[in-house]
Amino acid sequence: MTAIIDVDHLSKTYDSGTKALDDVSLTIEEGEIIALLGPNGAGKTTLISTICGLVVPTGGTVRVGGHDIRTDWRAARKMIGLVPQEIAIELFETVMNTVRFTRGLYGQRPDDAYLEQVLRSLTLWDKRDSLIKELSGGMKRRVLIAKALAHRPRVLFLDEPTAGVDVALRREMWQVVRRLRQEGVTIILTTHYLEEAEEMADRIGVINHGQLLLVKPKAELMGEFGKKRLTIELYEPLDAIPPEITADRALDLSEDGRSLGYDYDTRAERTGIARLLADLSGAGIKVRDVSTKQSTLEEVFLDLVDEDEHAQEASEPMEKTA
Amino acid sequence: MNWPAVQAIFMHEMMRFFRTLTQSIASPVISTTLYFVVFGAAIGGRIQSVEGISYGAFIVPGLMMLTVLQQSVANASFGIYFPKFAGTIYEILVSPTAWLEVALGYVGAAALKAILVALLILATSFFFVDMTIAHPVWMIAFLVMTAVAFSLLGFIIGLWAKNFEQLQIIPMMVITPLVFLGGAFYSASMLPPFWEQVAKLNPVLYLVSGFRWAFFDVADVPIGVSLVAVAIMIGVLMAAIRWIFLTGWRLRE
Repeated sequence: MTAIIDVDHLSKTYDSGTKALDDVSLTIEEGEIIALLGPNGAGKTTLISTICGLVVPTGGTVRVGGHDIRTDWRAARKMIGLVPQEIAIELFETVMNTVRFTRGLYGQRPDDAYLEQVLRSLTLWDKRDSLIKELSGGMKRRVLIAKALAHRPRVLFLDEPTAGVDVALRREMWQVVRRLRQEGVTIILTTHYLEEAEEMADRIGVINHGQLLLVKPKAELMGEFGKKRLTIELYEPLDAIPPEITADRALDLSEDGRSLGYDYDTRAERTGIARLLADLSGAGIKVRDVSTKQSTLEEVFLDLVDEDEHAQEASEPMEKTA
Repeated sequence: MNWPAVQAIFMHEMMRFFRTLTQSIASPVISTTLYFVVFGAAIGGRIQSVEGISYGAFIVPGLMMLTVLQQSVANASFGIYFPKFAGTIYEILVSPTAWLEVALGYVGAAALKAILVALLILATSFFFVDMTIAHPVWMIAFLVMTAVAFSLLGFIIGLWAKNFEQLQIIPMMVITPLVFLGGAFYSASMLPPFWEQVAKLNPVLYLVSGFRWAFFDVADVPIGVSLVAVAIMIGVLMAAIRWIFLTGWRLRE
């Protein structure tokens, strides 16, 4: 795969002094879906807005399809479609006209056959002559996607595409995104919903305090940072865990005494499972069943951001004295 | 040049005009009729003629100018302010559209709308006064140049304005007084010498005067000066718009 977006040491400091992006470098491959995760104000929207040309960077470069966004901006922007976070759309315009308008802005001649295809894929075709103010919130959001696709972009930015959208519609959006990927469109999405990133992304980037903490393939990220929980069901309930077993490990007993829980880190050299099972057997405790559960991306993400917060707090007093 | 973008913006703005046709046309026509009744009939009854032209005919170019100036500024400022207010401006800012193309679309539509309304007023005025236009080609040329110049000014006001109050304040506090003091309803030569000199500092005087020359072949200032004044205004305003888009002032963060 080849890089379609190349962000190199990108920085943005606002006039107020706020550092929204701090030396961000990121390469996005053609055809992948990358999800950017981060708490509110982490810099996700600033990163997207800078690549799209809404925010002027204070340092670094961005290339889209090899075109620099500042010196070769026309070519770079022609490749990009942006679906903004806010539903900013002209209410007194019809669906078809607003999509035609966007196509025109990208310097392309009218092509109603293509626009029909886009509107049909977003189940908006029946609404093509409706005024946008008559549409529901979910439909308005789909109109924004249709507008972003009006010029056949190769890269689509979705800034919080499913914020405030109900579950059914969210799943519908995911389908739309998957279909676009099948057509070869590269997708960059920001989201608060970890479920969304887990469901769709090939790679996940975590942003906090304007810094890109990491970018990894989803599976690798979860494997690397994921903790697992081993649940051991027992034949006979226990009143308490025998001291020789609980000795040097974090074990917990369920209220009914019928199962033991053991948290372990998949990154550790030894997980300690075999030894635990051997010890249980040695103590005459019979095991009925064993199961493991991978921690969710949400837990992985919170761990990462937490670590970053602690690192920031730790470095602040040092910076002040320096 | 990204012509499809110019066309998209231009048509979008023109469609807005046609959607609110009654509002776009009825209100200027009604106010012009009122001006004719008040100035033409009431005052015209006392002032028989100005520089050999009947007072009713004399105020026609001034009325058209008044309309063109107000309409151009209002159309262009609202045209660009509204997408800023509604947030839809993002679409233009992320598109491969240069400042000149954006300005051409918005300013072109604003100017054309103002010209259409001014021509409608001219047509209306034929019901009230009897007149012939001495230099029709120059009349159109002046009309177009003035509409473009003030649409550019309106475009800048729309880019600058942060709220609806700011959007209204310049047309109300600056443009209307300048027009009334720019000889729309009288000839500068009717003023005492000192005030005549003061009036000559008002750029609108040159527009009204040039425009009146196209109608009646009489002017307060030489026609060449009027033309140069409008051309300079267009040049300065274009440079300002270019600066705004290139620096992203009040547009990009």
